[in-house]
Amino acid sequence: MTDTTQETSGPMLAADGTPLKRSLAKALRAQKLRALALIAPLLLFVLITFIAPIADMLFRSVDDSQQGTVHGTMPLTAEALKDWDSSTGELPDNAVFDAVYTDIFVAAENKLHTRVGSRLNYERTGSSSLFRKTGRGLDDIGEVYQDQFEDLDPDWDEGTPWAELMGSPDWLTSMQGWEDGQPLPPFELRDGVADLLPRTAAIYRVFADFQIEEEEKSLLDEEPWSIVHTRLYEDLRDGDFSTYAGPRADMVKAADALVDTAEFETIALKDGFEAIDEDWLDIGLWQTIKAYSTSYTAGYFLNAVDMQKTPEGVALRDENQRIYGLLFKRTMFMSMVITFSCIMLAYPVAYLLANLPMRTANLLMILVLLPFWTSLLVRTSAWKVMLQQQGVINDVLVWIGIVGDDARLVMINNQLGTIIAMTHILLPFMILPMYSVMSTIPPYYVRAAKSLGATNWTSFWRVYFPQSVPGIGAGSILVFILAIGYYITPEIVGGNTGTFISNRIAYHISSSLNWGLAAALGSILLAAVLILYWAYDRIVGIDNVKLGG
Amino acid sequence: MADGSSGDAFVAFERVQKSYDGETLVVKDLNLSMPKGEFLTMLGPSGSGKTTCLMMLAGFETATYGEIKLDGVSINNIPPHKRGIGMVFQNYALFPHMTVAENLAFPLEVRKLGKSEREKKVKHALDMVQMGEFGGRRPAQLSGGQQQRIALARALVFEPELVLMDEPLGALDKQLREHMQFEITNLAHQLGITVVYVTHDQTEALTMSDRVAVFNDGRIQQLAPPDELYEKPQNSFVAQFIGENNTLEGVVKEISGNTCVVQLDDGEVLDATPVNVTKVGERTRVSIRPERVEFNKERLKDGVHTLKAEVLEFIYMGDIFRTRLRVAGKDDFVIKTRNAPDQVRLEPGSQIEIGWLPEDCRALDAG
Ligand SMILES: Nc1ncnc2c1ncn2[C@@H]1O[C@H](COP(=O)(O)OP(=O)(O)OP(=O)(O)O)[C@@H](O)[C@H]1O
Ligand SMILES: [Mg+2]
Repeated sequence: MTDTTQETSGPMLAADGTPLKRSLAKALRAQKLRALALIAPLLLFVLITFIAPIADMLFRSVDDSQQGTVHGTMPLTAEALKDWDSSTGELPDNAVFDAVYTDIFVAAENKLHTRVGSRLNYERTGSSSLFRKTGRGLDDIGEVYQDQFEDLDPDWDEGTPWAELMGSPDWLTSMQGWEDGQPLPPFELRDGVADLLPRTAAIYRVFADFQIEEEEKSLLDEEPWSIVHTRLYEDLRDGDFSTYAGPRADMVKAADALVDTAEFETIALKDGFEAIDEDWLDIGLWQTIKAYSTSYTAGYFLNAVDMQKTPEGVALRDENQRIYGLLFKRTMFMSMVITFSCIMLAYPVAYLLANLPMRTANLLMILVLLPFWTSLLVRTSAWKVMLQQQGVINDVLVWIGIVGDDARLVMINNQLGTIIAMTHILLPFMILPMYSVMSTIPPYYVRAAKSLGATNWTSFWRVYFPQSVPGIGAGSILVFILAIGYYITPEIVGGNTGTFISNRIAYHISSSLNWGLAAALGSILLAAVLILYWAYDRIVGIDNVKLGG
Repeated sequence: MADGSSGDAFVAFERVQKSYDGETLVVKDLNLSMPKGEFLTMLGPSGSGKTTCLMMLAGFETATYGEIKLDGVSINNIPPHKRGIGMVFQNYALFPHMTVAENLAFPLEVRKLGKSEREKKVKHALDMVQMGEFGGRRPAQLSGGQQQRIALARALVFEPELVLMDEPLGALDKQLREHMQFEITNLAHQLGITVVYVTHDQTEALTMSDRVAVFNDGRIQQLAPPDELYEKPQNSFVAQFIGENNTLEGVVKEISGNTCVVQLDDGEVLDATPVNVTKVGERTRVSIRPERVEFNKERLKDGVHTLKAEVLEFIYMGDIFRTRLRVAGKDDFVIKTRNAPDQVRLEPGSQIEIGWLPEDCRALDAG
């Protein structure tokens, strides 16, 4: 006896004494790794080009944290709005306006405010122009203070005095020694200035970083943004500067004195916003902003099913704004019609292919495959030529006299056109799986049925047909899934009533640039297909689907 | 040749010809008649037209020429489903999407039998093939032998008078095949049905049939009961095809009544029964079964001619011994002897003389 078959109760051992299980696993692991290495390039390719985009799409459909969203570009506002109860019917308090002021100002400098506007425009029309207008108008608020400080001392409108006031001495020295072409030294705040002028320091830092990193300009030459003056006014109003002895102490003290005088003109932020656009006092706008200020949103999905967020919760959109439900239903319905017509047309052809003598069948097969070798665009355009009102079919019908010249049939740019063209285009996808299943049904079954006394029809219906059902199933899944996501044919021949949801997705990807909505619609489509697949598996059984013997 | 008279025959082929391509005849002038209740086997090499004949009888192929009659009526123009002929296919052709019981009920359903009667008959048919418990299963859940029985039951359930079987046991292993051979013949006799059975396997043909039709090249070479076929082959093809056979070639030296003397090419002479030879000087091929060759001089009849032979090989096969000899310059002459206590075991290399009874050696056509 070898030690692999010891009659001990322990585990089986391989020849070298290691447990058999382990040495088997080791041997198999090497095999598996080799196999994995073989498929690695393909796996990687599929992962990168297929899985990753789908994952990205799924993510995009809920993501609301990118640049150009409330969460991504207006972080202070998003934070400030957290404390605001949108259902009270009261406008947000000053802190919120304050945050919006900073956010939009900075966004406008970065030219991002229009993107936030477009994003919010998906949810509330008019937001886009509002944000554009606000980006332009915000300077009006700061200029109220800027002008008065400048009148007091022109230095307030110069870069260098500000740099001296805000910047650290080290930074200032290197800044002064800077020459064109060198990298700009990163900005450092002077010690103590953040306590002295907290808000000014905060916004000046943003300004400074922006100038250095984005514009690559010397702070010594650039006058600060108008918002910096607004913040300066607020700091001067609230602070005590009698003991300040740092750089530009005189300038600061003089300004402090000016602010305390009765003539000093001020403007409340709320009024400033109202002056730009009254919409800023509309509670609905604030509700929208708050609703879309989280980093993840169900908004795109709600939108994709014709719903929206309201302070009372999720609700259907107005009747005249609902389009996607209709489009989904239409896509489903038309795909089913197309699948059904494909079954009806493909079955006899597949039957012939499978039962004719080889040579005739091959010829027929070439005819079936011929459309595959023609460009999709050509085929679709050909249908346009065929079906249009001055087209071949109408001409023939008129010529025969079936329809009058003044009553030519409308067969294109509507659902009928899409159904006809797509049935034709998808037909091979139905024929081929049917054929491959039918060609594996041996002829002796039908013979057996006939020898048992069944008529031609009975032996077909009771014996042949049930065995060809897997082919119908496979073809139907294929055609339906292809149809549901079809884009180019409905685009060309569908007109207004014959377009699919995918045409809308394409529109949002390429024209309205609302990728989030496009992603949500795409995700719903994907989910619909998966659900159908699952349902099909439950009802028919995916094991019953055969693409070949 | 086959008897062409078909007065009271149940199944009759009359001068039937068949061509698929219009160029070659696959079946050439077939004449055959079967009485009711007969078990007839068609035996022949591959491509000899057996299936074609069966298909013409079943109605799946049409005869190019000639007539096929069932119970005296020409069925040339009757579609298959109206012929009422049961059929067992080589691959059983059980409908995979139906259960066993549904398969069996199918012929009854298309005949519009009532449900209770259907169930009774299905149960009876299943019991008949000892498969009573398997009614609810799918064909794929049965073993080959079980499928075979179901196929048989299905062909019998609607009580046809004629059943055709095309190599029904071809896919089974030897043991099962032998068992099923026995069951099929039993059932056929019990039910009194007429069976046309096609096979490749000559043992099967010999053990099962009332008569065997040996096919070759689109013709029936001989139609006879098994014993006659074996012992009295009509021509060299049948002699070669059925069982093991030794052949020697030569020229007829003299003929007298039912014996003749044949001179082999090396000059030796032997005794034979003339079958396909009529005159002196004709070339012939004589055929002798291995078990009819005698090498024990004492047992040979006086006056018969003997041949010299050299023992080449002795093979022990259990129940028999098989000895290969060189006779008249050929190395493939075989003799078989029973393994009996007094049996001689021939030593390879030894020289012996062999002979036989003239009636065991048949002088046939030269092939
Ligand atoms: N459908 C057909 N079309 C053309 N030729 C055919 C067809 N069926 C059979 N043949 C030819 O007819 C001849 C006889 O075929 P058949 O099937 O009757 O032989 P068989 O005796 O049943 O052989 P096997 O023992 O191999 O089944 C063969 O040469 C075959 O090639
Ligand atoms: Mg055959």
